[in-house]
Amino acid sequence: MRVKLMYFAWVREKIGRAEEELELPAGIATVAELIDWLKQQGPQYAEAFRRAEVVRAAINQTHVQPSASIAGAAEIAFFPPVTGG
Amino acid sequence: MRIDTADFDVGAEIARLTGGRTDVGAVVAFTGLMRADNDGRAIAGMTLEHYPGMTERELARVEAEAHRRWPLAASLIVHRVGTLKPGDNIVLVVTASKHRQAAFQAAEFLMDYLKTNAPFWKKEVGRDGHAAWVDARISDEAALGRWQIPPDHRG
Repeated sequence: MRVKLMYFAWVREKIGRAEEELELPAGIATVAELIDWLKQQGPQYAEAFRRAEVVRAAINQTHVQPSASIAGAAEIAFFPPVTGG
Repeated sequence: MRIDTADFDVGAEIARLTGGRTDVGAVVAFTGLMRADNDGRAIAGMTLEHYPGMTERELARVEAEAHRRWPLAASLIVHRVGTLKPGDNIVLVVTASKHRQAAFQAAEFLMDYLKTNAPFWKKEVGRDGHAAWVDARISDEAALGRWQIPPDHRG
């Protein structure tokens, strides 16, 4: 499955890029599983997701839980809790 | 709604929203400004980043929800992004209704929801030159709890 990943704020800074397209291996079904896989893709990913519980996710621009299925996702974003307003 | 690097004029925005209408009896405008201090730290400036596309979707969603809950004649959200300095405007929420209660409550609802769900992030630069991402406040999520809708990311 090919998917566009986007990173914002300190998640972007730690990973060192704003977005990328990745071919995910079969067997990754949820956001939490995707995070576990990403953590193994290099020290910058491991650092960005070191405290994975504080990182928020969105699929196709809608907030989702870590348990959410990534099936059919075109765009998955990871970011810290929001601080606008 | 509008995401903009440029400043906004509160009076002009209200005039545009209510101009030519005779059904509006109450307008509430909330403006959020940048302070020069945050948790005891002296702040020189800040940059606001957002998630283009998702931001618009989230703000449209919350505006639709506000219109569903209260009899609003009109509403507007303007949020700035880019580089800001202390004293600058950050965000504007305007609600217009026949009567004041709906306008007051909807404005507060829009701000509470925006604070916890709209994908904006602030990075502050201190007077000492040190830059740091602003942490989310627990109190903002508590404020949202009043409206009986949990933040989406917590389900």
